[in-house]
Amino acid sequence: MRIALFVTCLVDLMRPRIGFAAIRLLEAAGCEVVVPETQTCCGQPAFNSGDRASAALLAKKVIIEFEGYEYVVAPSGSCADQIRNEYPGLLGDDPEWHGRAAALASRVHELTDFLVNVAKLDKLPGEFAGSITYHDSCAGLRSLGIKRQPRALLAKLPGVELREMPGAEECCGFGGTFSVKFGEISAAIAGKKCANACTTEADAIVGGDLGCLLNIEGKLRRMGDEKTRVLHIAEVLAGDR
Amino acid sequence: MQIRSMFFKANASSALANPVLQANLRTSKGKFVDKRRTAVADFQAEGGDFEAMRVAAAEVRNLVLKDLDLWLEKFEAAATARGATVLWAKDGEEICRHVVDIARRHGVKKAVKSKSMLSEEAGLNQALEASGIAPVETDLGEYILQINDNEPPSHIIAPVVHKSLDEVADLFEKVHKKPRKTEIPELTREAREALRQHFLDADMGISGGNFLVAETGSVALVTNEGNGRMVTTLPRVHVVVTGIEKVIPTLEDLSLLLRVLIRSATGQHISNYVSLLTGVKQPAEHDGPEHLYFVLVDNGRADLVASEFQDMLRCIRCGACMNHCPVYQTIGGHAYGWVYPGPMGSVLTPLYQGLDKAIDLPHAATLCNQCGVVCPVRIPLPELLRKLREQQVDKNLRPWLERLALKTWAWVASKPKLYALGTRFGVRYLNWLAGGSDRIRVLGAAPEWTLGRDFPAPEGRTFRELYAARKP
Repeated sequence: MRIALFVTCLVDLMRPRIGFAAIRLLEAAGCEVVVPETQTCCGQPAFNSGDRASAALLAKKVIIEFEGYEYVVAPSGSCADQIRNEYPGLLGDDPEWHGRAAALASRVHELTDFLVNVAKLDKLPGEFAGSITYHDSCAGLRSLGIKRQPRALLAKLPGVELREMPGAEECCGFGGTFSVKFGEISAAIAGKKCANACTTEADAIVGGDLGCLLNIEGKLRRMGDEKTRVLHIAEVLAGDR
Repeated sequence: MQIRSMFFKANASSALANPVLQANLRTSKGKFVDKRRTAVADFQAEGGDFEAMRVAAAEVRNLVLKDLDLWLEKFEAAATARGATVLWAKDGEEICRHVVDIARRHGVKKAVKSKSMLSEEAGLNQALEASGIAPVETDLGEYILQINDNEPPSHIIAPVVHKSLDEVADLFEKVHKKPRKTEIPELTREAREALRQHFLDADMGISGGNFLVAETGSVALVTNEGNGRMVTTLPRVHVVVTGIEKVIPTLEDLSLLLRVLIRSATGQHISNYVSLLTGVKQPAEHDGPEHLYFVLVDNGRADLVASEFQDMLRCIRCGACMNHCPVYQTIGGHAYGWVYPGPMGSVLTPLYQGLDKAIDLPHAATLCNQCGVVCPVRIPLPELLRKLREQQVDKNLRPWLERLALKTWAWVASKPKLYALGTRFGVRYLNWLAGGSDRIRVLGAAPEWTLGRDFPAPEGRTFRELYAARKP
């Protein structure tokens, strides 16, 4: 199976190791992984800020770069949701582009969803010893139905003890550009998320979207918590190299 | 009501700095969210299908909105046939004029009110007072606000959700001039005693309306305190003030909508009182008003029909969206600056009051869609907020720096070579800011981020660079 990895702009900039972890997982699932070199951003920040023209420009670019692959996988529910569920509507005025967006949409998957439901990955390359609490990111959870998938994968790691936090499905307050437009409110919401996560006393808070994780990590550190690790699910499943 | 939504950010800051409000929000959220969840679970356990009911409820609302004018005419004919008078109000001023006219015509000195958000939109209490008619709020929450210098409500169904028991106890002691009470039952008894004489004295009752039933010309009221029933039955004149979008076809539809409304609002299976007021008092009847008026209000609603915001008119005012909203639950309702807070308010306020008067509101959401999945009539609130953001961009209402930043980002992201170069420098700059540590304490490029949290430092090189270096 030849798949294209949509790295996402945040992983490219902030946490390349998540991208490499995703590659290791996909290869372990028997996929041939291609990383289209010209990829940048899915355009969600522009889309959610009301700049439809910029969002459409980037959407077309993504479609051109990725439509030739059998599957497209992203280590982010938010970006996968943007391509899957928003591109067809965003390009709805143009029949040709709408058709191309719709043809790509159903082949785009969030990483854990792809590993569980398409590639049916059985044996994980990584190992992890410790307790984990899982934060369900909003777009993944409510638009793509990502809930069971990461937990099913974590259950395959014998050293992992999953401890569910109260309000795991509540927003962490990131919200993309919301986090820099309303920093105080965003950080206050993140504070509640961190407090909920910390009640589990888990060694690590794990999630599938880097935006949320940067928000949670930034808040934890500001609150003085230096010990709780904040990790992307791909890092946990693929292990450190 | 004067709009203060332009001060959203400052209002939010003071709300965050208010420990009493923060504590009150924490207590109330659990109640609303847990009770709704339990009510839905109970319904499912009894063999019901809550999701199917949401779909059906949305369909009923859509059916009405498709031919709103016809359903309103049907309602008017049915209500008129039962002796009521139907009046139409274009805006808040017309609401006030109609109600004051009615009061004068019937020699009204005092009016008792049950909850009506439309009267908040219109500032009706102030208009009545200015005409020498005393309005008395009888919903406990609204009463508390009225005796506290006409404070505005902070929630559409729990108007004093922002107040603690202590604050109410202090207020009652001050206003009622009686020994301070500390238990809720004692406080409610004191309010009941204060209100009783008003009910008996009032010449006019004013209520809102949860639904207008077209086939019978009735108004349906959902309440828990019983004050709504007193207001609609004791005084000789009654005025219903409600929005034109509240009409539904039949009593059968009412039973469906009540099931989703009440579970979504308070998590009850049914509210303590569901009242249907149909026509004026007939010769053989013992209670009910001798004169019944409906003031049906547009105030921006008609413009939404057949617009890209029509979905918003399905709203049945349950408050579930704000109860589940991470932003509302962190700052409370007053910060939003007008009658309706939370996600539904962030859509309605710019639409009813003007996009330029509420610049922040469409952006005051993380688009987490908690609101969308609990909405009993399936209003796609995040999508509507995004459409408002698009309108702001189209009308050049956003700050120029934000527009420039977005355009530049998108332009650079569309040029892969330039993007690679930019991000290469970007991560190095961020790493330099972190000064060898794993975090940035003050981020000049996005100062809002580091107001209340750190910004984790990047790894040091972009994925793109590392991937290119790795390739054979």
